[in-house]
Amino acid sequence: MSPSINDYLNQFEAHRKAIGFISEVLGFDASGLVTFLVFAVASFLVVNVMALVGGLGTYAERKISADIQLRQGPNRVGPYGLLQFLADGVKMLMKEDIFPAQADRTLFNLAPLLALIGVFATLAVLPFSSGFTLTNLNIGVFYLIGVSSLVGVAVFLGGYSANSKWSMLGGMRGASQIISYEVPVTITILSIVLISGGMSFGSFVETQGGFPHQWYILHNPFTFIAFFVFFIGMLAETNRAPFDLPEAESELVSGYHTEYTGMRFGLFALAEYIEVFVLCGVAAAAFLGGYKVPFDLGNGVVFVEKLGLPAIIGKNIGQLLQMGSFLTKTLFLYYVVIWVRWTFPRIRVDQVMTICWKYLTPIALFNLVGITLWVFAFDGQSIWEVLSHLGGGAHGGGH
Amino acid sequence: MTSYTLDVYMPVIILMALAVGLVVVAVFVAQVLRPFKPSALKEQAYECGEDPVGTAWSNFNVRFYVVSLVFIVFDVEGALMFPVAAIFRKFVAIGEGAVLVGSLLVFISVLVFGIIYCWSKGDLDWVRSFQLSEDQVNQLKGIEEKA
Repeated sequence: MSPSINDYLNQFEAHRKAIGFISEVLGFDASGLVTFLVFAVASFLVVNVMALVGGLGTYAERKISADIQLRQGPNRVGPYGLLQFLADGVKMLMKEDIFPAQADRTLFNLAPLLALIGVFATLAVLPFSSGFTLTNLNIGVFYLIGVSSLVGVAVFLGGYSANSKWSMLGGMRGASQIISYEVPVTITILSIVLISGGMSFGSFVETQGGFPHQWYILHNPFTFIAFFVFFIGMLAETNRAPFDLPEAESELVSGYHTEYTGMRFGLFALAEYIEVFVLCGVAAAAFLGGYKVPFDLGNGVVFVEKLGLPAIIGKNIGQLLQMGSFLTKTLFLYYVVIWVRWTFPRIRVDQVMTICWKYLTPIALFNLVGITLWVFAFDGQSIWEVLSHLGGGAHGGGH
Repeated sequence: MTSYTLDVYMPVIILMALAVGLVVVAVFVAQVLRPFKPSALKEQAYECGEDPVGTAWSNFNVRFYVVSLVFIVFDVEGALMFPVAAIFRKFVAIGEGAVLVGSLLVFISVLVFGIIYCWSKGDLDWVRSFQLSEDQVNQLKGIEEKA
């Protein structure tokens, strides 16, 4: 996997020629400028796609909830109500912005900004495909956990700065819930780092394979449990039901964003939906094989050798397949997250803390010990490889 | 993997700048389009139609404070274990895995003892019972009788 999208492009002759041409025209070495432009355009693209995903997320949420509750859901704006999120966006722009008189205006303005910065910064390491990853930082997942906790700060600041009792309660609950569930999530991610031998998403995905038995979720019995611990922790980190206590509408009006109106509220909602997507992507990359495609179709060698396509086209077909694989897994998890929201009732605040500290954290610690010993005892092999050795190679699993 | 330069951190800065840009543009566009008719009633804190009483910035349940203290212990330990975990496979491959298994187990046992301690202290219960034991009740009764 290439260290960044820029390095991926650099392997193509056409890209290097273009840099040479631009350098000639401008009269100086343009490779630095081109690097910046590549990153800027790619980041802009990712942000736009993510905004679209966030918007369609609100649509999907309402459509799926309507399905579950035997209703129609949005069906007026555009075909099947698909453009509903644009109408909502326009509505939010037109709404009056109200500042509560007693609020701390600086912090009140800062909170949605922090939420959005935290969420957008996590997009930098999300592995869409082996080439189209903005940057494959060597501290990838560590960076992601650190940056995404900015959202927790934003939730707390949003609740605190409004100086309204509902907001304050929501903000406090949100802060304690987000930091509590960070513990099991960090420990389960740590156990995947142990197996893959690196903190970057590149090393996470490249050590898995295209088939389910090569994924980390089926690597050994402990990782199977770890996936569910991660998924539950992820629901709580993103304030999704059944852990949506910070914004519980039936008891706290709207929780930490009670006093937010118009576009500021919209930005909070956007950040929330993108964060769900990002964490689903992390779950897919860490446990479900990420962008891997069966039969190594992803590296595009087959298209070049068997079909005789030029290298640049063959490789990029492979990239598209990888992106499809990643998005399929991520959107499936996204669907499950929405499904869970409309199926389970909300739990109480003391139950939230009990689930985290008395169940998930001990289970995650147990898993960590188990995976440490597993990697040590079997040299990092998966259960299928170990079984095939035991059976004298009768089962043809493994890499 | 090739050598790392700070180039790879460029998207992080760009994405953060895009987030700031999005907020500024969205809020500015909204400012142009939206109506602006403030009134004292609108700017009241929402308390379901009642006039708000007092401020929300007041004393708060101490449970939140305890949870954040417990969290700090776990988070720092987790952060310290990441580098060890990242090189674990390489050490196992050259047959030196036992050293790292030992150090990881020491770290994990600190966490396990931490959680057992918090649990036995009752710091993991959100709702703590303050019911007195029989001895304590009798003791208090004794004090009362003396008085």
